[in-house]
Amino acid sequence: MQLFKKPTTFDFMSKRTMAVTFSALLILISIGSLATRGLNFGLDFTGGTLIELGYSHPVDLTIVRSTLETSGFPEAVAQHFGTSKDILIRIAPQEGKSNADISTTVMSALRSVEEDEVEMRRVEFVGPQVGEELTNDGGLAMIYALIGILIYVGFRFEYRFAIGSVAALVHDVVITLGVFSLFQLSFDLTVLAALLAVIGYSLNDTIVVFDRIRENFRKMRKGTSVDIVNASLNQTLSRTMMTSVTTLLVLVALFVVGGELIHGFATALIIGVVVGTYSSIYVASASALGLGISKEDLMPVEKEGDDLEHIP
Amino acid sequence: MLNQYPAWKYLLLIVVLGVSTLYALPNLYGEDPAVQVSSSRNTAVDISTQEKVRKLLQDADVPFNSILLADEQILVRFTNTDAQLTAKDVVKEGLGRGYVVALNLAPRTPDWLRAMNAAPMYLGLDLRGGVHFLMEVDVDAAVHQAEERYISDFRGLLRENKVRYVKIGRYVGKDGDSSVEVKFRSAEARDEAERLLEKEYPDLSIDDEDREDGFFMLARLEEKEKRETRKLALKQNITTLRNRVNELGVAEPVIQQQGDDRIVVQLPGVQDTARAKEILGATATLEFRLTDETHDAEEAARTGRIPAGLKLYPKREGGHALLKNRVMLTGDYIIDASSGLDQQSGGSAVYITLDGKGAGIFSKVTGENVKKLMSVVFIERKTETRIVDGVPVKTRRIIEEVINTARIQEQLSKRFQITGLDSTKEAHNLALLLRAGALAAPIEIVEERTIGPSLGQDNIDQGFASVVIGFVLVLVFMAVWYRGFGLVANMALAFNLVVIIAVLSMLQATLTLPGIAGIVLTVGMAVDANVLIFERIREELRNGISPQAAINSGYAKALSTIADANITTLIAALVLFGFGTGPIKGFAITLSIGIITSMFTAIVGTRAVVNLVYGNRRVEKLSI
Repeated sequence: MQLFKKPTTFDFMSKRTMAVTFSALLILISIGSLATRGLNFGLDFTGGTLIELGYSHPVDLTIVRSTLETSGFPEAVAQHFGTSKDILIRIAPQEGKSNADISTTVMSALRSVEEDEVEMRRVEFVGPQVGEELTNDGGLAMIYALIGILIYVGFRFEYRFAIGSVAALVHDVVITLGVFSLFQLSFDLTVLAALLAVIGYSLNDTIVVFDRIRENFRKMRKGTSVDIVNASLNQTLSRTMMTSVTTLLVLVALFVVGGELIHGFATALIIGVVVGTYSSIYVASASALGLGISKEDLMPVEKEGDDLEHIP
Repeated sequence: MLNQYPAWKYLLLIVVLGVSTLYALPNLYGEDPAVQVSSSRNTAVDISTQEKVRKLLQDADVPFNSILLADEQILVRFTNTDAQLTAKDVVKEGLGRGYVVALNLAPRTPDWLRAMNAAPMYLGLDLRGGVHFLMEVDVDAAVHQAEERYISDFRGLLRENKVRYVKIGRYVGKDGDSSVEVKFRSAEARDEAERLLEKEYPDLSIDDEDREDGFFMLARLEEKEKRETRKLALKQNITTLRNRVNELGVAEPVIQQQGDDRIVVQLPGVQDTARAKEILGATATLEFRLTDETHDAEEAARTGRIPAGLKLYPKREGGHALLKNRVMLTGDYIIDASSGLDQQSGGSAVYITLDGKGAGIFSKVTGENVKKLMSVVFIERKTETRIVDGVPVKTRRIIEEVINTARIQEQLSKRFQITGLDSTKEAHNLALLLRAGALAAPIEIVEERTIGPSLGQDNIDQGFASVVIGFVLVLVFMAVWYRGFGLVANMALAFNLVVIIAVLSMLQATLTLPGIAGIVLTVGMAVDANVLIFERIREELRNGISPQAAINSGYAKALSTIADANITTLIAALVLFGFGTGPIKGFAITLSIGIITSMFTAIVGTRAVVNLVYGNRRVEKLSI
């Protein structure tokens, strides 16, 4: 089966003004939301206590809440988690009390009002000093990943491609963050990991397109830069689509059956893959074009790929 | 000839596939509930212990599958968890202290695989259930304690040599730099003291300071020594935590240093986190001091005027006691302790055994002080981080109380008992803590992640389901889309999955839930290489090139693209590995391994099959 029976000849680049406007709009909304609403940081970054409990029958949250209140945690947030038999309790770090004993106190309080067995499913406690570190490390990781990629792409291709690919990455990350901010989805360590995976994925896509652009600049004797970029995008289009589809297939599987703990991770990657696919077509190439990439820039480049190509 | 692979490449593929299958195999066998017996200290686990365990189980009528002694550990396997639990109690009771008896899950890896060192993947805590603690050691408290010790030593030395001083204490400067400060009435006395101290403690840096209210001497620990003290405290804490974990009876615990002042403790399968926290974090220790009988302690407590050379302590049962500044003995010399009942009072007691040096010291001081009152001081140090005005602030608390005061009837030595504890549980815990050794510096749990067993199992099931469903979806999609070549890609994908599992098993890397997510993602992305190649082949075919040439140039042209695309993803994965903690590292590991193995399987693997099918013959049409 083939997605496109004939070689496609979409004129992607003629619509690049529109695409750039669209992207700029999305980025503006994302930044706006990040600035005003911020991210709904999970426990990993804020610190605090989280307890997941499993009951043998559906639980009434009002009873749970009143028990929490009487045992000294009026600010605790209790909610159902997955099913009506499971509850999730979050206790934010507070002035004056923040230590690992909170979970023990809460559990014994809840066990004392419940006749049936209350099963501890999960307890997470993150102290204030750790939360801060994780936030810093997370930000640093993102920056190092971007710098590492910038260097590699700059070395393998050309600085304009490097800037184009990093522009696409920043675009993807900002928009994914924007969606998380707009819908106030919980942002935890796994989502951060997913974002780094998005960087890897989106770049993968971009590189494939750039590789083809470079090849075509060397091969095609006529045509403007825009024509060549367009041809390259068309040639790689069905591959771009295929890989996005297979990746999305597994991500949807992960989202549906992977369980609650991996939900945020799958969500971030699904958004990232969709945005990343779009950005490798429009953002990366448009920025490289915008920076004035031309035939002359690529022609004299010695063939770096040469030694590799001998390996069958 | 076009599209032919040399024999060595096929051989390589067969070897890789064979080895991978062998090393991935142990993951299919499942696990037996088991009880693991190892020695905690000074005891040897040998064939006689094994026979003892066998006899204990036979006497108690507990059915077991096998009993095996290996690596100084005895492993007893059972068919069900009921037998396992009963057996643990029976063995623990029967062997007595000195042995760690822990529940465990033993992989059912057959002997012939085990002989090749093949073992199943190591499951992370989020999959098998258990507790993860990150503990911060208050290493500065160790420096503080060292200074306290100097104060006590100075006091003794100056008194022995009849050098008069006014006051001695710990002084913290504005910059947080601490020192021991001694105040003298005259410069002569100070000079005399300095001579003594410099000779006795050459490591200290000693300075003079003349102030309006007297002559001062400041003794400082060198920065190097402070650093050493901190390092030593951390090391000692790790040892102590290891002893305590042994006392708790946990199979395969992880106790590791992280950074300059942190310790990671992972206890697989532990459910009672409250007890784990209580035991691991406790800093209780004991001190023995002479009790003053000439002054009124209550009066001193009321007025706040403490006579020289004495220190005021609260008593556990209420009231106060004045104790001599000099410590007769600290808990450091205790090598064994057990709890029991006091024959006379019927209350709970702790029986203490001292090491040789401690016994020597103790018999000397108690011999000199027969008929005098001696108090046992219970000391607990706690460090807590609280948020004050939005910033984390560390607070230190020391609980010191007299739990028991008794007249020294005779010279005490190696063994003796103390009473005055509230309950048998407290006696039991104190005995455990004294046995395991004191923490050199207080610790604080700064992160806890506990996963219950049911959630662990759910995570495994859901993770497995997502791998299978994702895998099947991709297989179907590829087969429909690329037909014959799709099937070849699918073979490579399955091969890739086997290699990933084999590599994870060989490395004994920890598989976590995010790690499984990494595998799932790899499945989705691994076909990318094949998609690139296949699209290239289609393109070449469309350009009218012959099928054989199309295959060849498809592979050749896609190669550098695949390499570039994968290396950049690898960069992201490595950064993730460098910065990530715990579960995130698991994701980075599986993703990195998956990227590398997928390049091999998707390029070399598929090409081998394609060459086998199409190579070296006339081909009219490709199934693509």
